[in-house]
Amino acid sequence: MRGAFFRALLELAEQDDRVQLVVGDLGFGVVEEFARRFPKRFLNAGVAEQNMTGIAAGMALSGKIVFTYSIANFPILRCLEQVRNDVCYHNANVKIVAVGGGLAYGALGATHHATEDLAILRSLPRMVVVAPGDPVETEAATRAVTAHAGPCYLRLGRAGEANVHHGQIHFQLGKAIQVRDGKDLTLISTGGLLETAVRVAESLRHTGLRTRVLSMHTVKPLDSDAILAAARETGAIFTLEEHSRVGGLGGAVAERLAEVSEGAILFKRFGLPSAFCSVAGTQEYLRAQHGLSVESLAVAIRSKLEKNRTLTVTNAG
Amino acid sequence: MAESQAESRDVSSLARRIRVQAAQMIHRAKSSHLGSAFSMAELLAVLYAKILRIDPERPNWAERDRFILSKGHACAALYAVLAERGFFPKEWLDDFYQDGARLAGHATHVGVPGIEVSTGSLGHGLPIACGMALAGKRDGCGYRVFAMLSDGECDEGSTWEAALFAGHHRLDNLIAIVDYNKIQSLGTVKEVLDLEPFAEKWSAFGWGVREIDGHDLDQIEETLASAPAVANKPTCVVAHTVKGKGVSFMENKLLWHYRAPDREEMTKALAELGAEE
Repeated sequence: MRGAFFRALLELAEQDDRVQLVVGDLGFGVVEEFARRFPKRFLNAGVAEQNMTGIAAGMALSGKIVFTYSIANFPILRCLEQVRNDVCYHNANVKIVAVGGGLAYGALGATHHATEDLAILRSLPRMVVVAPGDPVETEAATRAVTAHAGPCYLRLGRAGEANVHHGQIHFQLGKAIQVRDGKDLTLISTGGLLETAVRVAESLRHTGLRTRVLSMHTVKPLDSDAILAAARETGAIFTLEEHSRVGGLGGAVAERLAEVSEGAILFKRFGLPSAFCSVAGTQEYLRAQHGLSVESLAVAIRSKLEKNRTLTVTNAG
Repeated sequence: MAESQAESRDVSSLARRIRVQAAQMIHRAKSSHLGSAFSMAELLAVLYAKILRIDPERPNWAERDRFILSKGHACAALYAVLAERGFFPKEWLDDFYQDGARLAGHATHVGVPGIEVSTGSLGHGLPIACGMALAGKRDGCGYRVFAMLSDGECDEGSTWEAALFAGHHRLDNLIAIVDYNKIQSLGTVKEVLDLEPFAEKWSAFGWGVREIDGHDLDQIEETLASAPAVANKPTCVVAHTVKGKGVSFMENKLLWHYRAPDREEMTKALAELGAEE
């Protein structure tokens, strides 16, 4: 996703001289080309994220489209009040980009796990929260947040994820992308677990379950229509995110379903517990540790559906 | 000379009107920070009468100088000077801090012409000012950016992040003014978290520094008009001021960081300021 982001950003910078990149002394090996091609629109603010974010707001209020870039929680939580007051309150045209969403920097330890960011950022007024599912979505999301006048948070995974989408996609902020259709259940994914979601759907297909997979790349504003249609048409919704189960995609979908769903539906959130993960490990290892492997997810979904079927039969009997 | 004396009287009168308006606003609202508003009355008067290149008819004019009140809690004085300069009607001052009013108790930009940015949480103003100054330089615009800081907010790390940045990037179109009234929320600056040697700190961070009497109109004007103090460096004006300046019983009293004057105190204060109730 990182590569896709920079590819798109370079093109956008070529087309629009308002585009600026401000980094917090991170991005070795990836920010240099921007700095070389657009030296007057690149800024390394140093290891000082509060100032970096205030500067970005000041530049945006002077007519620029400013991308701040750092890793994990540094460009959001370290400077959360600057994000809230300076960026959001002033509707400043700042795009905050964090690479290393979720457990992408797994082995670096809990300080580098961005696992509450979606919950925190989506509570800020005006903030658009985007977690693309693969490199193809990342390129499209980079263009979409640039075109959107106002604060955006772009949560990227790491470098080198495989493409889930092949060919053109129709990407619109706030509109989920249906990756495959199904009538038995819906799996709604955000961020880099999209590939896992598709593989879970394939695994479930072998047991006769047809899964609708939605890539909910925009967590805020949330695509209510897609959620309600999924509830109505499949009756079972599972959410999937590399993020705390508190307040992220699962929380957002639950809020919406609880208020507006017409009938009872089956619902479960897959994500991380509200806990610090203090063992080292690759992203893949840590996902598996938290039940986010394809196999564990498929088992958990089948179990939930079967339990529900048993209950339904018992009640009917 | 006669003309200059007349001008000086005008600026002095503006400073007095800022204090009278701020006192009335804070008295009516039973709000706080009168001492913080009074200590920067001359600084604001000189800025808005003589220094800032602004046009009340075009508050968003692209070439305007930017002024950021980073010590947003002292906004009563800023609202007063903006109203005096015609950015909005003076009647707006009447319901400052009241239910439904647009003028809130910390500088608020929404619907208020002349307020560049909303502040209130300390340590935000200087980084934003750096961003505006950098954008101005990159665009080749001639505007200058002024940020007024409190001494208390120089406790904030973000202020020093910005100080380091501005010095490194030689933002000579940036002027920070520290209203150094030596009293913060719970005590004197010396007691709470001593800033001294203060001017030397700014100097060490790459700024041209001037120390002035923040109530001396001529010194303020000369200093701000001639900035940058040192070529190719941002300028820090350490303005030595008196908290509560202008009303004898408020001067240098911690109490007036928070207390709103009651009716009797207002009568005395207005008499000292040469205004009628």
